Order: sequence, then C-alpha cells, then structure tokens
Amino acid sequence: MSAPLIEMRGITKSFGAVKANEAVDLSVAPGEILGLLGENGAGKTTLMNVLFGAYAPDAGEILVEGRPVAIHNSADALAAGIGMVHQHFHLAPRLTVLENLLIGIAGKSGRIDRARGLARLDEISRQYGLSLDPNLPVSALSVGEQQRLEIIKALFRGARLLILDEPTAVLAPSEVDGLFAALRSMAAQGLGIIFISHKLNEVRALTHRCVVLRHGKVAGRVDDPASTTSAEMAKLMCGHEIVPPVKQSSTPGASVLTLDRISTSAHAGTPLRDVSLFVRAGEILGIAGVSGNGQRALADVISGMLPPKAGAMTIAGKAVAQFSPRELQTLGLGRIPEDRMTTGLVTNLPLADSMVLPRIGTEVFSRKGLLNPAAIRAFAEQQIKAYDIRCPGPMVRAGALSGGNLQKVLLARELAFDPKVLIVSQPTRGLDIGAARFIQEKFLAMRAKGCGIIVIGEDLEELLMLSDRIAVMYEGRIAGTLPSADATVARLGLMMTGAEGHA
Amino acid sequence: MFRLEARTSTPAWFNLALPLVAIAATLILCSGLIAIAGAGVVEAYGVMLSASLGDSYAITETLVRAAPMIFTGLAVAIAFRAKFWNIGAEGQLLAGAVASCFVGAIPMPGYLAMLLMALVGAAAGALVALVPATLRVKFKVDDVVSSLLLNSVIYYALMALIEGPWKDTFSGYPISPPIEDSANFPVLVEGTRLHLGVVVALIAAPLCWFLIARTTLGFRIRVTGENPEAARYGGINVQRVLLSTALLSGALAGLAGVGEVGGVHFQVMSDISPGYGYSGIVVAMLARLNPLGVLPAAIFLAAVMTGAEAMSRATGVPAFLSDVIQGTALLAMLVALLFTAYRIRRVGAPA
Repeated sequence: MSAPLIEMRGITKSFGAVKANEAVDLSVAPGEILGLLGENGAGKTTLMNVLFGAYAPDAGEILVEGRPVAIHNSADALAAGIGMVHQHFHLAPRLTVLENLLIGIAGKSGRIDRARGLARLDEISRQYGLSLDPNLPVSALSVGEQQRLEIIKALFRGARLLILDEPTAVLAPSEVDGLFAALRSMAAQGLGIIFISHKLNEVRALTHRCVVLRHGKVAGRVDDPASTTSAEMAKLMCGHEIVPPVKQSSTPGASVLTLDRISTSAHAGTPLRDVSLFVRAGEILGIAGVSGNGQRALADVISGMLPPKAGAMTIAGKAVAQFSPRELQTLGLGRIPEDRMTTGLVTNLPLADSMVLPRIGTEVFSRKGLLNPAAIRAFAEQQIKAYDIRCPGPMVRAGALSGGNLQKVLLARELAFDPKVLIVSQPTRGLDIGAARFIQEKFLAMRAKGCGIIVIGEDLEELLMLSDRIAVMYEGRIAGTLPSADATVARLGLMMTGAEGHA
Repeated sequence: MFRLEARTSTPAWFNLALPLVAIAATLILCSGLIAIAGAGVVEAYGVMLSASLGDSYAITETLVRAAPMIFTGLAVAIAFRAKFWNIGAEGQLLAGAVASCFVGAIPMPGYLAMLLMALVGAAAGALVALVPATLRVKFKVDDVVSSLLLNSVIYYALMALIEGPWKDTFSGYPISPPIEDSANFPVLVEGTRLHLGVVVALIAAPLCWFLIARTTLGFRIRVTGENPEAARYGGINVQRVLLSTALLSGALAGLAGVGEVGGVHFQVMSDISPGYGYSGIVVAMLARLNPLGVLPAAIFLAAVMTGAEAMSRATGVPAFLSDVIQGTALLAMLVALLFTAYRIRRVGAPA
C-alpha cells in the first residue's frame, strides 16, 4: 500500500478540563474512504477541526504524504490538499455557483478569471459526475445541491483529501444515493475521503475502513465495515449493547386531533391541498414522503406557525379558531420543531429560559406579569435530572449543548405538561443511536399513556418501528394511509413517488 | 503568532472587566491627543477627575449631567435587548422636552405640573419611537435608518417652533417661553443644581433592571431579541413585543427631555441636548445592555463631559476631547465585546 495521504499521530485537544481528543491516531490512503464514527460529543468534529486548522492541537502531529506539516488555519489546510464540507454550509446565498467558487481565489491583479473558472468547473463536473448550473444563485439551490457545491469548491481548490461532516444528515434518502456515487467515483480516482456519520448502515455501505471514537479516544477500528454488523459497531460506539425499543400493542381511543380538508396558500415549500387526517389517543401516526412534499406546511399548520387558507382542525374535540401557538398549546398540543436551533431554542440565553419559553405566561412560571425565578429554576433542574440532559446546569447557554441534549430539552419542555397530542418533525435527525433510542422510547411511553403522536420523518425504518399507521404525502396531499403492519419500505417508497394511492 | 479561537462560554466577571478595559484603553489612546495639544497627560486627566468628582459640588454637577444619559442609556439598552435598533433617543428626548415645556407653561399646582410634564413628555417620546417600530413591524422598514432620520425631523420641528410661534418676542432669541416657576423641579441640595429628576433617573435604572430580569414582558423582550423565530414558536406575539419595547424605550428617552426642561433649563432652546440621545448608545454599550450598568456608564461619560471643560480652561486642551473620548470608548467597547465570543490563543511554531 502506498504512503498514507494524511496521517494524524497522537492528537490530543482539551477544552478546559474536558479532553475532546486524547492520543488519536488516524490515517487515510489515496483512494480510501475512511468512516469516522462516534456518538455526539465523542470528538469527531473536534478531531476534524484540528485537521482543518480551526483548532491547534495540544499534542500530536499531522503528516501529509509522510511529511509533518503545521496547519494553523484553513488556508494552510487547503494548501496541504485538505478540503472540508461542514454540516453548516459556508456559501454566499446571493452569489452564483461560479462566483462562490471564485471567492478568495482572484488572481494577484484582482481580476477574476471567469473563463478559467468555468473550464475548471466543467472539468470537475465531468471527472466526478458532479454537475451544477454555474449561473444559478446559491439561494435557488436545494440543500443537496448546496452540498454538492461545497464538495466542488473543495475540489476546485485542489483538495486531495475531503472531509465530510455528517453529510447525509441534511439529505433526503434519494439524494444520499447520488452523493455516495460521487464519493465512490472520487475515491476511485485516487482522492482520500473521511466520512463522518453515525448512521451505521451508510457507513457500512460506503466506507472501506472505520475508526470509532468514544469519549475522545479511539474505541476501535473496523477493517471490513461491509461484513461487520451494525450491532457490533453500535457496541463499539456506545460501549454497550443497543436494543431496539419494543412497541406494546395498544387499542387507540377517540380521535385527539383531526384535520378536515386543510389547504394553505403558497408558503416556503409546497402548500397543503385538501389534507384530512386524524390521530387517536394512544396512537402514533407516521407521515412519510420525499422531503418538500408539504411536510413543512403540515407541521407549521398543526403547530400554529401557519394559519390555513381553508379547512378546519380540532384538538380533543374542540375546534381551533386562531391557529396561534398559544391557543394550540392551551388546547393540549405539544410541539417539537424540525429545526431545534432556530425554531426551538434560544441558544444565547440560559437553558432554563428555553425550557419555560412556551409556558412563561402561565401560573406555573409567573404571576401577574412577574416571573417566578425559583419555579423556573426548579423546573429546569428537575427536567435536566429526569431526562439526563448533560449540561453544567440550568443557567448555561443553551447553544453549548449537543444536538441530542437539545432534543431532550425540547422533549422535556413539552412532555412535562402531559400533552394530549404531540407533533414532532424529524425527531432523531442528526442524533446518535443512544440519543435516538431515548427519544423513541419516550414517544412509545407517551403512546402508552394515551397521547396521540404525529411523527413527520424521512427515516422510513424509524417510522415503521414507531407508527401504528403511516400516511404518505405527495405534492401537498395525503397520497394514502396504511396500517404499519401492511407497510414495507418498498411499498411506502412507491407511494412516495405518487405511483400508488390508498384512501 | 496569535489567533482567535471561539469560546464555549463567557465568564461572568467579563461583564465588569470589559468596560473597565475599554475605558482604560480609551484613556491611554486619548492621552496621545492631550500630548499633541501640548499639555501634560497626568495633569490633564487629574484636572478632569478633580473637576468632575473631586468635591461634592463637582459630583452633583456630574450627576446632573448623567441624569439625561441614564434615561437615554436605559432607552437604548432596553430597545437593543429586543433588537429594536432605536438610534432615535435624541429625537425622542427633544419630543419629550417640547411636550413637557408646553405643559409646564400652563399655570397649575406645582406637583400636578411636574407629574403631567413627566407623563406627557414620556408619551411624546413613546409616540416618536412608535414610528420606526410600526414601520418595521408593518412594512419591514429598517429601524436603524428610520429612527436615526427621525431625529432630524424632530430637531427641525423644534427649531420651527422656537423660531416661529414660541420665539421670544421681547429679546428675539429663538427660545421658548419658560415654564411656570412652580413647575421647576425642586433642588435637593441647597447651592447646587441637583434636582428631583436626577433621583428619578437613579431609581429608574434598578426599575428597568427589574423589568428586564424579573417580569414576563422582560422575558419576552429578551427572547424576541435573541431569536424571534423561537419566540413566535413559543407563543410570543413578536410584533406586540417590539411595539411595547418601542413605547417603553421612547418613554424613557422622553423623560430625559423632561428632566432637562424641568430641572436644568426651564425652557426649550436649540441646544437643549448636546447629543445625549447619541451618548445613550455609548452608555448602553458600555453597560453591556444591562440597566444597572447604565448608572456607572452614564456617570463616567458625564464626568468626562464636566471634566473636559475644566481641563480645557486649565490646560488649553480643547474641550472637544470629551467627544473624542466618548467615540473612542464606544469603539473600544465594541472591540472588547469580541472577547466575549473569542479568546486569544498563542500558537507557537512547533519546534
């Protein structure tokens, strides 16, 4: 085997008392796709930020093609041939694809050579099968296309090693296949790739070798991911066996939420057209569909962010009049938004504030316009304990928590008030197995207590595991509803393309 | 080599340390100007200090100056907490001054006149602040621009008043008729200008702190400012919060004008405010938008202003130095704020 493209030796990085990375060794050969696995907070992102120059390691060295290099910033990393695609894209939305590629690489004269840029883009497109219209503004691109642009940008700047930080977290299942094809083609042409993920089936399908991190240290290495079971890898990640939650059989009660011919006007994404559905007490209704088929509008209507143009909604038998978040909450609706950081929490304020936000005006947390700081604090402390939310305390900035803990915060703040209905979007997106299991078990426990739950998701296996019935959305309508006993991934997949309808 | 690295948390003592560091940096930077003006740096700052805080009379003068900046500082701090970018405290102050002068000129018992002056002045400031807030809520008009430009509108409206209907027919000066003597705010310490309004300003700061930290409205203001989307999702009527904030902020700035009319000038003239509304922005930033911090920040700026005049007389350094110190303090504070989010880390070249 040839010399490794990149080698990290004995990397250690601490933040205060926390050792985010401890003596980590890792190498990638040309043409190799390396999986980097670990739960949230295991140190994957820190390690890659060290490689990309965002953090200086406390100890250890980095070798590029056998030679030690000092990487102090992203420019050094790019010069060493290392490119990174972050979870959050770094693109200028008003500029075009080509202009984004040319940012920061204007010639010495200050002139921007568009023609050469175009030629280079064309070359990369053909070489790796990554095409994009160079004249489209970034704001017009889908999330998957923006990611493609980030990959092209790295290659454009001469990256020979590409780091992708949880690239599939933002993609629809159909887009994942395209990404994988492109990554395989890049590896086949001699590039090295580090693929960070905690989706084990993806790692098994794509990578040649894996490094598993746990608590900042290498917990294990997998030399043949394709023939290693997910359970074995999960055990390496978590340090213990992971058992799937068990769904008890239950008899659903009366309907707790009904939508009757709800339509919305044009809105960011696909509007709803004549959507009728219901959820009964003690029942989980899954909403499947290719992303962008009206799921966003459905979640917004039910959670009070988007009043419908036509149609009626009832919660526990009572008609909804204003469709405001506050009214819905009073009627007994619990809500967990798709975007935890922007819609759910106030990242710059203390965690306790986010926990009490939806009910700050109620007698529990305030009286006659005056806050009850003791009650707020006690509530937050109680929930932190009950949900095992890992944080220094209720007064810490909410943004300092990891994704899994943030989701627990949102869950805690709703479930504490025993909602009759719960609407959740993408509940386990971006979470590691341990955190995802925790969330799923909570849903099943709520179901057993008689709560009706709507889960909007893209992970079909999760929907099949949780739901009693699954409705499929297609172009803003409900294309059909199946009892989950009759549903299979294949059948749902067919319905998601609009090919099969079931009333 | 040094570089900035993102912080995960900000230590609490930073809130105190950063303004002090910013002020120290300001005084060091400005000492260069004093040297250029041909005076001794230590001597000049010494005169400033003794003239502003050196004896009890100097302290009362500094407090009288600080009062309007406490009000405008509170106005800006509360507005900025909600991310309502109120740059219009100057205009709101002037509106409060004009309105209270109207009321103060009407003969009535003194205590009633003072109460009405405060109410009407606050209402006038609130109404002015409501304009940019409404434009933003209804039409998405940028509030920085609209609130700033409104300052000129109010200023020239005031000029039209004192050059026109209010003009002193006897002397021909562009000044308003004085308010009734009975409406003059009582002086608290014989032989000084320390008036009732100063005490109200000193009490207003802890009240505003209580409002922000301990009331549901304050909670809604904080949440709306930090993340309006999460606020709306959490059931907060974001538009109503912005409008309430504007009313509150404008009322506080209006009270600054009331204090100047009732306690200092007893009438309205074109230079009734030497930019107290703009100084309020500096005060609020130095205070890190904390209403309690507004007190020391406003007193600091007031001390610089009163001290600069004495320094100018004693050393010949132009009194404009006080404006330079104010501006530099704002810039220094903005730079210092960087360290709440980042730390400096030394990156040595590996051996």
